[in-house]
Amino acid sequence: MNHIPFDLQIINALAALLLLLSFSMLSQRRIVSLVNLLAMQGLLLTVATLMVAWRTGETHLYLSGLLTFALKVVFLPWLLHRLIRRLNVYWDTEPLLNIPGTMLVGVLIVVFAFGLAQPIAELASTATRNAIGIAVAVILLSFLMMITRSKAMSQVVGFLSMENGLFFGAMSATYGMPMVVELGIALDVLVAMLVLGVFFFQIREQFDSLDLHHLESLKERD
Amino acid sequence: MEFLILLGTPLFGALYLGFFGAWRRAPDVNVGLSLITLLAACALTARVIEHGDLLVAKEQFFIDPFNVFLVTLTAFVGFTTALFSRPYMRIERDHGKLSARQLKLYHSMYQLFMATMLIALTTNNLGLMWVAMEAATLSTVLLVTLYRTPASLEAGWKYFILCGVGIAQALFGTILLYFAAEKVLGSAGVDALLWTHLNAVKGQLEPAVLSLAFVFLLVGYGTKVGLAPLHNWLPDAHAEGPTPISAVLSGLLLNVAIYAVVRCKILVEGSLGSTLPSNMLMGFGLLSVVLAALFLWRQRDIKRLFAYSSIEHMGIITFAFGMGGAVANFAALLHMTVHSLTKSAIFFTVGHAVQKSGSQQMGDIRGLITTNPTIGWGLMLGSLAILGMPPFGVFASEFLILTTAMKQQPWATPILLLALAVAFAAIFGRVQPMVFGETSGKRLPHPPALLPVFAHLALVLMLGLYIPPYLADWFRAAARLIGGE
Repeated sequence: MNHIPFDLQIINALAALLLLLSFSMLSQRRIVSLVNLLAMQGLLLTVATLMVAWRTGETHLYLSGLLTFALKVVFLPWLLHRLIRRLNVYWDTEPLLNIPGTMLVGVLIVVFAFGLAQPIAELASTATRNAIGIAVAVILLSFLMMITRSKAMSQVVGFLSMENGLFFGAMSATYGMPMVVELGIALDVLVAMLVLGVFFFQIREQFDSLDLHHLESLKERD
Repeated sequence: MEFLILLGTPLFGALYLGFFGAWRRAPDVNVGLSLITLLAACALTARVIEHGDLLVAKEQFFIDPFNVFLVTLTAFVGFTTALFSRPYMRIERDHGKLSARQLKLYHSMYQLFMATMLIALTTNNLGLMWVAMEAATLSTVLLVTLYRTPASLEAGWKYFILCGVGIAQALFGTILLYFAAEKVLGSAGVDALLWTHLNAVKGQLEPAVLSLAFVFLLVGYGTKVGLAPLHNWLPDAHAEGPTPISAVLSGLLLNVAIYAVVRCKILVEGSLGSTLPSNMLMGFGLLSVVLAALFLWRQRDIKRLFAYSSIEHMGIITFAFGMGGAVANFAALLHMTVHSLTKSAIFFTVGHAVQKSGSQQMGDIRGLITTNPTIGWGLMLGSLAILGMPPFGVFASEFLILTTAMKQQPWATPILLLALAVAFAAIFGRVQPMVFGETSGKRLPHPPALLPVFAHLALVLMLGLYIPPYLADWFRAAARLIGGE
């Protein structure tokens, strides 16, 4: 059996934890905990990025690790917690598909994700290529979460978690995107969240609730 | 230098109007800044005519035959829309629909939106293109919800989430593209996402990865193009936002999104050497045309009607790019140009018609020709142009697309023809009573800004009769580029 270097083992363990976190998000209905899980995901991502940076000696990865920490562990969770307090949304309603059902679908999605990532992983020359499957799984699981939840806040957490998955995918397949692009992406995510903050208050002002069931009148009428 | 002005002016404008956008003269500043952007675009065009393609800022930005006319078109429509929005937004403010703060937001975001589109068009870096496309969505979300009505909030939320998720797929596609590029170009990092570099080595890119990347890129950017079945956000966003925004969304943003898809297609097709990308484009295009034509019948809201018409035309363009070949690509580029001009002109007239009757329901808009002849004629001529009546430019491009389809994809021709006929009946049947019907309405108190409408329609008419030689040269060069030569 091949001997896997210790740091790589840690990275793989982090990837596994990332997947686990995605599943806990799927089963979590308290929005505060959901945001905490997202922050933990961000933290794992930071550690993984720094590990890879240390392993490969790529300086731009250190930078993007720090950026991840500032944005995804500190700023965004803080912003979301503030929004939750100000808007007073603590619980999501029962998801459209019940939680055990969602978990089952999630397991199937993971199998599918590994199938999808197989050809990419075979071609990758990075040491972290085993994690590509997990990144794809995280993306798809976040997508599932966005589909099954009805509260705007949970959908946003799903959206950010999808972004985390994409980031992890970029890191494990290619050791991250060029710095310009990564900065741009971080800026976009930041602005998106600020826009959403404004947006939530508008929705609340109008409907007195953040339940997206109110937002279903614009359908094609017969 | 022209480049700096072209991208810098709207960025500066976004900042400046963010502070002073509620000022009484702000609409004029908005027009002035758009005019400077347009002049810079014209200067750039002149330089390209003289010296050929450009690569600037360490190759991060470039101008080639494919994007040069789109840049000018974007700056031009941006300018005319600013002209149109000057009286339009004043009337909205007088009606008490908008506060000073909302007006400030509107002007600032309008300039930012122009900047993001120009960056997306001119950047050579596919990663930056993604960033700019996402920024274009973000800058317009708050504009769609500008009126704060329940319907507009819903439209804004749909727009944000659907385009956000869509664009996330495109990011994954971009990552895959980078992954494939890195193998060939080395991990030089910055260069590996430059389109010109990728285009030079596209034959060596790993086909398996690229075909996967293309699926994600097409779904991602396709969401922004409004291709069925990912078009759900489009009619809502167009109908609920202020009309100048409907005009630029429909006339410009969709073009930019299609541009992104086609840039990716050139690379992927060069790598695969198969017809997979073409077939996917044709499939999505045809589906959009057919679905949009059917949905056109069920519309009661005038802006939704023309939003579905945009989906239909995007479908036609996508289908034409899918067919490929010199003639089809040429026709698709021409169609992009004339659709953009015609559709924004239509939205200008629709905006005034809606302001006049106070409702977007088509049943409430009647007899424009008696109450305000210029609006009435503008809407009638615009509708005839968009429906592909000769001698307007849309006829020329649709004719070319249909005849090519007959030669290359005969099975698709009857479907296309049928869909066009259905769309014709649906739109003409609705527009006719709005323009010529009986009415008891009075004339508008404010003189509407209809110069942009007739300027656009005159250009479309000209393109139907005569295409300037350098424009035709660009179209041909771009068509060759898209054909992978």
